[in-house]
Amino acid sequence: MGKYIGESVLRKEDPRMVTGEAKYLDDIKIPGMLYAVVKRSDYAHAKIKNIDTSEATKMPGVLGVWTGKDFEDVNPMPCAWQAGGITNNANTPRVLEIDKVTFTGQGIAVVVAEDRNLAEDACSKINVEYEELPVVVSAEDAIKPGAPQLHENAPNNICMEWECGNEDGTDKALSNSDVVVKEQLVNQRLIPNSMEPRGAIAEYKSATEEFTVWLTSQAPHVHRLLATAFVFGIPETKMRVIAPHVGGGFGCKIFLYPEYCLVIALAKKIGRPIKWMETRSENFQATTHGRDHSTQIQVGASNDGTITSLKVNTVANLGGTLSTIAPGIPTTLYGRLLSGTYKFPNIYCGVKGVYTNTGMVDAYRGAGRPEATYVVERALDLVANKLGMDVVDVRKKNFIQKDQFPYTPADGITKGLEYDSGDYEKPLNKALEMFNYTQFREEQKKSRSEGKYLGVGFSTYIEACGVAPSAWVGVGGEGWGAGLWESANIRVHLTGKVVVTTGSSPHGQGTETTMAQIAADELGLPFDDVDVQYNDTLGTPFGYGTYGSRSAAVGGTAVFNAVQKVKQKALRIGAHMLEASADDVVYEDGKVSVKGSPDQAKTIQEIAGAAALGYSLPEGDEPFLDETAYFDPPNTTWPFGTHICVVEIEEETGSVKVKKYLAVDDVGNVVNPMVVDGQIHGGIAQGVAQALWESGEYNESGELMSGSLIDYAIPRTDCLPNLELDRTVTPSPTNPLGVKGVGETGTIASTPAVVNAVIDALAPFGVTNLNMPLTSQKIWNVIQKKGG
Amino acid sequence: MYAAEFDYVRASSIEEAISLKAENDDSSLLAGGHSLIPAMKLRLSTPQKLIDISGLDQLKKISKNGSHISIGSLCTHKQCAESEIIQSNCPALSDAASVIGDPHVRTKGTIGGALAHSDPQADYPGATLALNATFVAKGPSGERTIEVDDYFIGLWETALGEGELLTEIRIAINSMNANSCYVKFPQPASRYPYVGCGVSLSSNNGTCSDIRVGFSGVGEWAFRDSGVESTLKGQPLNDSTIASAADKAAEGKTVLNDHFVSEEYRRAMSKVYAKRAMMQLS
Ligand SMILES: Cc1cc2nc3c(=O)[nH]c(=O)nc-3n(C[C@H](O)[C@H](O)[C@H](O)COP(=O)(O)OP(=O)(O)OC[C@H]3O[C@@H](n4cnc5c(N)ncnc54)[C@H](O)[C@@H]3O)c2cc1C
Repeated sequence: MGKYIGESVLRKEDPRMVTGEAKYLDDIKIPGMLYAVVKRSDYAHAKIKNIDTSEATKMPGVLGVWTGKDFEDVNPMPCAWQAGGITNNANTPRVLEIDKVTFTGQGIAVVVAEDRNLAEDACSKINVEYEELPVVVSAEDAIKPGAPQLHENAPNNICMEWECGNEDGTDKALSNSDVVVKEQLVNQRLIPNSMEPRGAIAEYKSATEEFTVWLTSQAPHVHRLLATAFVFGIPETKMRVIAPHVGGGFGCKIFLYPEYCLVIALAKKIGRPIKWMETRSENFQATTHGRDHSTQIQVGASNDGTITSLKVNTVANLGGTLSTIAPGIPTTLYGRLLSGTYKFPNIYCGVKGVYTNTGMVDAYRGAGRPEATYVVERALDLVANKLGMDVVDVRKKNFIQKDQFPYTPADGITKGLEYDSGDYEKPLNKALEMFNYTQFREEQKKSRSEGKYLGVGFSTYIEACGVAPSAWVGVGGEGWGAGLWESANIRVHLTGKVVVTTGSSPHGQGTETTMAQIAADELGLPFDDVDVQYNDTLGTPFGYGTYGSRSAAVGGTAVFNAVQKVKQKALRIGAHMLEASADDVVYEDGKVSVKGSPDQAKTIQEIAGAAALGYSLPEGDEPFLDETAYFDPPNTTWPFGTHICVVEIEEETGSVKVKKYLAVDDVGNVVNPMVVDGQIHGGIAQGVAQALWESGEYNESGELMSGSLIDYAIPRTDCLPNLELDRTVTPSPTNPLGVKGVGETGTIASTPAVVNAVIDALAPFGVTNLNMPLTSQKIWNVIQKKGG
Repeated sequence: MYAAEFDYVRASSIEEAISLKAENDDSSLLAGGHSLIPAMKLRLSTPQKLIDISGLDQLKKISKNGSHISIGSLCTHKQCAESEIIQSNCPALSDAASVIGDPHVRTKGTIGGALAHSDPQADYPGATLALNATFVAKGPSGERTIEVDDYFIGLWETALGEGELLTEIRIAINSMNANSCYVKFPQPASRYPYVGCGVSLSSNNGTCSDIRVGFSGVGEWAFRDSGVESTLKGQPLNDSTIASAADKAAEGKTVLNDHFVSEEYRRAMSKVYAKRAMMQLS
């Protein structure tokens, strides 16, 4: 490895952030700027009979109040991932809903005023007359006969049906299996809660008809494309989108939201810059949620623990309207992962995507893959339990062996993608070295006799990161309406200082640092000589943004490839300066030298200067060393590993304490161990939180009960033990850096490890399954029922 | 999360605060702001005027005053948690203060504000019931004292009169209060108590001679639990007498039941936490 790659280089981002100099969207103030506040529906399902804005309009400082009727000419938001054959039943939100609302918190009117407080006051004076309609919040209820219908074009509230694998083969294998375990697994709704909520500022210049738009965005180029081409029908050159510092997203800032387009439309209507910034309460209601699956599984196995078949039927709740890529999450990113790290010979997965009177559901950290991992890792434990076998033995028995790679999961479930590399026993064995399993089982037995309930849970997961080969995922493949390559441009200034611009859109991950490490190492430059710029459609090449654990594997590789082009040119110009033939020179440690005579050399700074001035260049070469590269990955990457969780349950209260957590992950080569560990830490915290605490819950009338941090339990540091991390390194053959992706690992791996541990602890009470979150009350109830 | 418009005035003395309150019908006193401001931001509370009393330094002292401890109503939770006087004479109060919210809340929020606000989920009420506290209130018609047993009278309701300022909390110095504790089962999101139980207990040769038990978070407002008290009083202190006393917890009381926690579970946890508190003191 190089001088920087592999080192815990301190993050370039941090000085700005820790000193408070970093500017987030709400820090931006433009002279003459107005403030918009959205009036939201109080009902989950209702016809809008009348909106009386007269009082609000008269309030001091109010420029106007608008309703959906004023924006009938603005197209609805696009659905950009039409998985599952959605054609004419993609019901997406409009900037403001016009006749009808389908979930509590949908925007129905907007006030624009000179300041935020005035706008809020006026908003509270808007009177809406509704005609209430019957409400359905659970996806399973929504597809039952007689359920309230949300959209005329989606009978039985079904938005899409999707399947993968072989149903007949799987059914046959199930019926021929020694044992079959059936279970209902619920992957509850989660609410992302990025530290910074969403916001937008738009400014319109009438002379040039140009918009400048600041968005809390994980993907500014995608936002611009969707807003211009699909919503407003204007050239993308007429809009510049800037994502200032973005305070986390976890997926929820990938999407094009109605409020973003509302502010853009208003800026033109009014002719002054306008800011909209949501409150935490709005964030709970109107920003996308994640997960919300109800799944029936059937697993068949032989008496020796060999799994013969896995059949999965999932009902996925998509909310009242479709968010930007909602259909792709419970399909491609879920069903295709259902073989896990195991050689299941028969697999089938059927998914129904369903409309309900709840907030929109879309990608949330892990996006589909945590749901798949949960199914697979719970299935393994259910089989072990049924057969009275050890959970580790069953895993080892079913692992794809290291000499089986490249491995293609059964029944075409990955639709052509193969697991390119892996060695699944390695992290498991390493984890077992860190954790004395035999001793634990003895302790567990002993502590049970003392009324203490310890449990251990394993998750030997796989995930698909570095999404994704464009042709595979795209329109002719999985239905994603674009490509998923990534871009990088390298500018080498006259002094040899380098600017990397990337189409990735980091918002907390540390990518600014890791990309600089890659470029500095490859060019042989000091780390501080490389500046990484991003998040502005002006000045960065088109790119798809940061999500899907793709910014190192796809964006980082684009940087690496662009640097290789720069080096090729530096070699030609260096050779020219040294009066040597281009074949006779080498690029090493930031110098081009003549092979065998290291003293005859030109530094990259000297070459950059010569290239910039252009006084004397090799024939056919143009000035400057600048280059651009686009990397379209040939495959996703396939991180894997083993997570082990130990819990203790207090019998009297049902409380779960996470006593120990260890993770051995294989994320391929590691560019910056500190950054990687940080991603894993945060991911584990979110994954543990799903298992134990977090739950987005609506009551029967569609009111969000967990609508604030008073009732929605996000984890705090004191909820977790010290996380013990280690890794194995199996470089990815998919990209020259050998990296895989780590942003989502923690959330994908950890949840089933915790649930498996709790179920293990509750074994003396005869418990084999409990659905998340495993609250103290829920556990206490089962302990009471089964007689403690 | 934006408050409706309001006026703001800073009081420079207790008297001024009282007269400002009397002059302004729709006004609220502002202490640490950690209950009032969130309520205003949600527009659940829309006072026309805030009378800021947070600068009244004379209400920020904790001292020993002959037979009792005097705690100024503007003492922060942090002060109460860290005070040696409180820790050694009425640990139930420092226990409660130390588990309120997070460091930010404990640095800004005040004991007087919490007790005046009287959130059914607040921690101090259970502790002050156990400690048989006395509250000092000042209003337009002068100063009076209110015994804790008469103080919590309804949902969000106290015996404090409209226009009265809570100035001081008094806790008697005696061996029973010195042998007190507060234990809490926090709700995982808000960390307000599912159940908070304060107990003070005196014993003679291993027999419980007196006991007071106060619950926070369990009912619509904080209550003293005479069922538990009378079951243990006069009994030898051992696991089984404590268990039978704890079994009476919240008996006959209305217990909260919400979307997240059932009445059944709260009742059961009241028993568990009463037992834990009593075990800790015996
Ligand atoms: C994030 C968070 C977590 C919290 N967690 C907990 C917890 O776990 N347990 C808990 O018990 N509490 C908790 N609280 C509430 C906290 O303890 C508040 O500080 C306290 O309830 C109010 O005290 P204050 O000084 O902030 O009062 P303020 O908010 O200023 O006032 C509250 C009310 O009391 C009135 N008032 C204030 N002082 C006086 C006075 N001297 N005389 C008469 N009336 C007065 C005000 O007019 C107002 O109506 C939490 C609060 C927050 C924001």
